[in-house]
Amino acid sequence: MQGALTLALEKTRQAGASRVHVIHLRIGALSGVVPDALQFAFEALAPGTPAENGRLAIENVPARFWCATCTREFQSDDMFAECPDCHKPSGELRAGREMELASMEID
Amino acid sequence: MEVRQALLDKNDRLAERNRGFFRARGLLVLNVLSSPGSGKTAFLRETIRALGKQLKAGVIVGDLATDNDARRLRESGAPVVQITTGTVCHLEAEMVARALKQIALDGLDLLIIENVGNLVCPASYDLGEDLRVVLLSVTEGEDKPLKYPPMFQSANVVVVSKTDLAEACSYDREAALANIRRVAPNARVFETSAKTGRGMDTWREFLVQKQQERKTQNPLSL
Repeated sequence: MQGALTLALEKTRQAGASRVHVIHLRIGALSGVVPDALQFAFEALAPGTPAENGRLAIENVPARFWCATCTREFQSDDMFAECPDCHKPSGELRAGREMELASMEID
Repeated sequence: MEVRQALLDKNDRLAERNRGFFRARGLLVLNVLSSPGSGKTAFLRETIRALGKQLKAGVIVGDLATDNDARRLRESGAPVVQITTGTVCHLEAEMVARALKQIALDGLDLLIIENVGNLVCPASYDLGEDLRVVLLSVTEGEDKPLKYPPMFQSANVVVVSKTDLAEACSYDREAALANIRRVAPNARVFETSAKTGRGMDTWREFLVQKQQERKTQNPLSL
């Protein structure tokens, strides 16, 4: 969270803004990041910064896997995803590990 | 205001820089990961011994404190640099880049990065390696891959270590291999013992072959 806030504040400064209202993060279901922990960390870190009265909006990105046998994508929040058609485990994660600063509302 | 920037973007960029540097030198680079105490250091020391003159290896080793591992690894005769991370639980690309300045890379074929013993955070940090090698010792329990999936999912190679202790701890080989397959279906698996030397030959041949590919083939084919 420290990294996310540092990046957000840097972008805010670069944009010549002084207030951060909302920070939008995109967090993958399998990123290993716990959204509640991010919220907690944000509340601990934001005071005294331009994000003091702002809030954190977290968009959860579902995990999507690729099945090479059936040549199709499927969605699963299970780390050990199996293709719903052929039931083979998928070794290829196509989305779901994101940790991204998507956008901000600043002025 | 749109940003769309990955939070680990900086590490990823530095890792790509490391990767370019390694490829230009024809170095095969391993990032070796496991929980503390699963036998990384003994395994690597024996790996370097097994390679003998076939491949010349250097090691960068990360720990929170002490240079005990570096000293143990130096017994193999290889150049070793210790990174002490203080309280940081993983190595980052930038720490590796700094350590590179302290190691004589000329003449090396293989660079082994022994990461901090930890099955969680290091999974998220690319160091610029070619192969991620994750160790699972038979003493840890067959379900470790299921408990720490991101680490095992990111592995190119899974090394089962301490197989000499399998019987003493009622290790269920079939269950362990099935669990590895489930989490990392594409990883190569080696079953080894640093103590008896079991499996070290196959592992050595694999490294020699990968190194040759690194030197002769398209760098992206590995």
